[in-house]
Parts: sequence; structure tokens; C-alpha cells
Amino acid sequence: MSKEITGTTWTVYDANTLTQNEIYGRVLCELGEKHPEIVGLSADLAKSTKIGIFQEKFPDRFINVGIAEQNMFGIAAGMARTGLLPFVSTMAAFTSMRAAEQVRTDICYQNLNVKIIATHGGVSFGSAGTTHHATEDIAIMRSFANMTVIVPADGIETANAVRAAVDWPGPVYIRTGRGFEPNYYQKEDYGFEIGKSVLVREGTDITIIATGITVLQAAEAADFLKKNHGLSVRVINMHTIKPLDEEAVMKAVTETRRIITFEEHNVIGGLGTAVADVIAQSGKGCAFTKVGFPDVYSEVGYPEDLYAYYKLDANGIIEKVQEVMQKDFEEDENWEDEF
Amino acid sequence: MALTIEEYNHLLQTAKKLRHEIVEITMKAGGAHIGGGLSVLDILVTLYFKYLNIDPEKPDAPDRDRLVLSKGHAAIAYAPVLAERGFFDKKLLDDFNKFKSPFGMHPDANKIPGCDASTGSLGHGLPIATGMALGARLQEKKFRTYCIVGDGELNEGSNWEAAMTGAHYKLTNLTVFVDRNMQMIDGPVEEIMGLEPLSDKWKAFGWDVLEINGNDIQQVANAIEKAQQATEKPVVIIAKTVKGYGVDFMEDKTQWHYGSLDSELAEKAHHSIDAVYEKLGI
Repeated sequence: MSKEITGTTWTVYDANTLTQNEIYGRVLCELGEKHPEIVGLSADLAKSTKIGIFQEKFPDRFINVGIAEQNMFGIAAGMARTGLLPFVSTMAAFTSMRAAEQVRTDICYQNLNVKIIATHGGVSFGSAGTTHHATEDIAIMRSFANMTVIVPADGIETANAVRAAVDWPGPVYIRTGRGFEPNYYQKEDYGFEIGKSVLVREGTDITIIATGITVLQAAEAADFLKKNHGLSVRVINMHTIKPLDEEAVMKAVTETRRIITFEEHNVIGGLGTAVADVIAQSGKGCAFTKVGFPDVYSEVGYPEDLYAYYKLDANGIIEKVQEVMQKDFEEDENWEDEF
Repeated sequence: MALTIEEYNHLLQTAKKLRHEIVEITMKAGGAHIGGGLSVLDILVTLYFKYLNIDPEKPDAPDRDRLVLSKGHAAIAYAPVLAERGFFDKKLLDDFNKFKSPFGMHPDANKIPGCDASTGSLGHGLPIATGMALGARLQEKKFRTYCIVGDGELNEGSNWEAAMTGAHYKLTNLTVFVDRNMQMIDGPVEEIMGLEPLSDKWKAFGWDVLEINGNDIQQVANAIEKAQQATEKPVVIIAKTVKGYGVDFMEDKTQWHYGSLDSELAEKAHHSIDAVYEKLGI
């Protein structure tokens, strides 16, 4: 019943193409030309996070602090206080946990103009294991007042997010993968705007609200379900987790009345929780399921094998859609009595 | 000597006046980190009333000197210093620690004019100050950045990350004071988590070290002027101070890390302060 999507190809073949993080490095170089106030910071991961491309172009505007993330985010706060626009890049796990207090107290509390590009989100650094996986970062970052949280679907969207972040006031957290993920978008002019979701597939039976790498998987699943099961599946790319596009969520509640959230993150505290809050506060009935990592520490393996194992791929979401479609979400169609 | 007799006397008078105010504010506020406030006050006074290039009319001037009070609990000394320097009306300090006051136990840069960084969580200030010094360097600006850390605070590893960075990037526009008052909440620093040999630690991290009596304004001034001449290495000034300096019953007492005063104790404190400055001819 489900489509066979195997993923080992991601790591092996797409490594040679322009990756998510390389795109952001290049975009940052372009922006650096126009914005002399932009500086880059890294904690001994300039190469892995691709901010090193900026370093090559602007060696005098780049600070490597060595392996010292807490120090790096404090330094970024100090630089922002002198009028610079720091772009800080390290792995998502070290941004959101090792330096969480510096991000919260030094940057968010003072609402400073620091842009954070956190790479290796989710389990994209698969074989590195749990220490290098970040399945809690969205929950942590979105709980910080003043913080904007963006999870781009791919490299093209990362480029859009980095450009938009320059003009967006205050701290911004952009969560990317390791850089070997396939692109969903082919070009950049599809209407990216911070805080506004993007409709990826129109549909009336059920809505999948996806973020990050799951957008591509959700789109493939929607196509498969339409072709093989005649299901009309709406897919929303919720690239901004905070501020959340509540309008799109409520539109899905009223128009499809079945919603599945889909994210490469613990089901506690991330996109699913943010969407659930909106639905619960609306008082409207809706069948709802969160798909993400269960509340466990992740296994070691290639990312694509981990996605399959945790059912975070197209096959997994196809199964989940079919399960939710079989549920009666309420007794009657009358909403007047629900609030 | 760095200071003329007139300057020295003016700074002493200012410190005396502010010590009295700290006692009053602590009493009204119902409590404050008065011990660490009194230990660091002479450093703050010397910087704010002699050396910092700042303008209270333009608290956000881009080329102003910066001061990061990393030992943010010394807000009880910092806020009156900023008020005395003209950044805001001293009357506002009557609400210290009260509901919706801009002034709490730790300083908030969003709410206090002249405050360069919100601090309080220890081990944060030196990285922020390092970023400011780098910001000056990258933008070819002349301003200097000063950072005051507590000695107990140096238990936090983030300080040493920043110390490495300061030396690596030869941040001669950054000067650090260690308020070496030897006391932390749970007891004497050397008993809770020893720092000695502290001077050697900083030297090993690539800093030039000056050791002074941090409650002696003339020594503080001399050290600042020496640090301003740095060309190769950043300078740390290990300022040996007395916790609760000026109030005899608080001096060197762990229990006066945070304390409150009734009117009777406050009266005793005022007498003690007067006696100290009388000896200094003020």
C-alpha cells in the first residue's frame, strides 16, 4: 500500500550538489557585500557549517572562538551591542543546549539583532549519535521570548530565510540539516515570508502541516495518496514555527477537519505542540495527530535509515494519514455547540 | 600618581556619599547584595567619575566606552553610581527591588540608561565584553571596554573561554577587573572552590596581570592608566578588596553577601563609613 522510498541515495549522491548549508554560506557572502555590519562567528565548525565561505571572502569580519559555544554567543551579544549584525553558526544541539542560557539571557532577553544558523538539526548527523542529534531545539528556542524560529524545508528556503532574517528585527534561529538533504524547491521566488506558511499541495480531506525536511516527504506522500487512494491531502510548509501562521492552521481546521503535524523533532514542544495550542484554543473539533520522534534518544545510523525507522519519511506519513482518515473525528457536523 | 590631590579627594567624597546611599537603598529595598556592592564600589567610582568616556545625555552614543558589570548582583552599587553620574534621577532608586521598578537585584540594560549589558547570571559578562572589544576592533572604533568580574564568578568556565579569546585576538582595548573579595555565598572562595594561584592562571591564559588594593582609589587609577597603555596583551587587574568595605560589621563576612538592614543597623553602618573616611581626611 505504501510507496517505496529508500533514502541512502541522499547521502551518497547529493553530497556533490549544492547543499543546504553551502547555499546559506553563499547567500551570506552576497549579503556581506551590501551589509558591512554583518560579521560571522563560528566555534571551530566553520567548514562543517559552511559559514567558512563567508570567512574566505571576508576574513576580517569573521571570528572563530574555538570550541567555546557559550563564549561565542556572549561575544555575539557584545558585538550586536556595538552595532554589528552577527551571524552565528554551530550545530543545533550546541546552540540550543550548551549555549541555551547565553542565547536566552545575553541575546533574547536584550532582544539583540543576532542571527543564528543552527546546522545538523534533527538526526541529520545520523551516525554521530545522540550527542550530535538535536530533537529538542525547536521546543527550547520557541520558548524564548523575542526569538523567531525558522525551519527551512531545504537549501533554497534556507537562502530565503537568511535573506529575510537580515531585515527581520531581533534574534532569529534558523534550523537547517547537515546539508546533504535533497531540495524540495527548484527556485527561490515562491513567496517566502517569515511568519507565513506556504501551501505546497491543495487538499480537502486532510492537512499535513510539515516543517523542514518533512515537507518533501509530505508532498510525495500526498501525491501517492491522491494517485493510489483518491485522497485529497493538503500539505502546508510551516517554515516559521514562531510566530506561527495561525490563520493557515485554522483554515485547515475548518476546511479539512483532520490535521497531522510532521517534524524531525521530539513530538513534545515543537511544531506539533504549537499547532495543537492553536487548535485547542479555538474550541473547534478536529482530528489531530503529531508525527515526530517519540520521547526517546535517537539511534545511530544514516539519517535516511533513521527517518524510516522512526516513520518520519513518506511511507510513515502515508500510514499515518490512512490511520487518521479512518477515525471518526466527531459525532456530528454541528460546530455551533463546540465553543 | 595618576590622580591629582583634588581628583583623589573628589573620588573619595563620591565613594563616601555613595556608600551612605547604598546603605539607605538597601534598607528601603528590604535587602541587597550589599557586601559585594561595597567591595566593588571604589572601582566603579574611579571608572565612572574619572576614566570612562561617556555622556549621560547620550547614553547610547556609539563611540562611548563600555562597562560590563559581570558580577551583576552588585547592582546595589552600580545603580547609585549611574544615578550620581547623571544618567537618571536618583529618586527612582527609592523603588529598588519593588514591583515594576527598573532596578532589581541584577541590572537590566533594557531599563537602565547607561547600563551596557544585562547581567546577573554569572560567567556571562566577560564574553559579552569580549564581543564589544572585538566590535570596536572590527569597526575601527577607539572606545575601550571594561569588565568587572567577581572572584567567585571565575568558577564559571565561560570566563576562561573568553580569557582565551581575549588573548588570542590581543584585545588590548579590553580591561578586566577581578573584584577579589574572597567571599562567595557559601563561604570563603578558597574554601568553596579555590582559585589560587589566580595571577598565574591569567598569565598562563596570555594576559598581563596587575595586582592592587581595589579599595584604594589611587591604586585603581594607576592600574587603569597602565592598562590603557597595553599594546600586546589584554590586562587583568586583580583588585584585592574587602567584602562589605567601609561597614565594620560587614567586612569580610560571608553572611553579608546578601543582607538587609533595619534603621538601627543602618545607623551603625553610617557611623562606620564616616569613621573610615575621617581617617582618610574626608
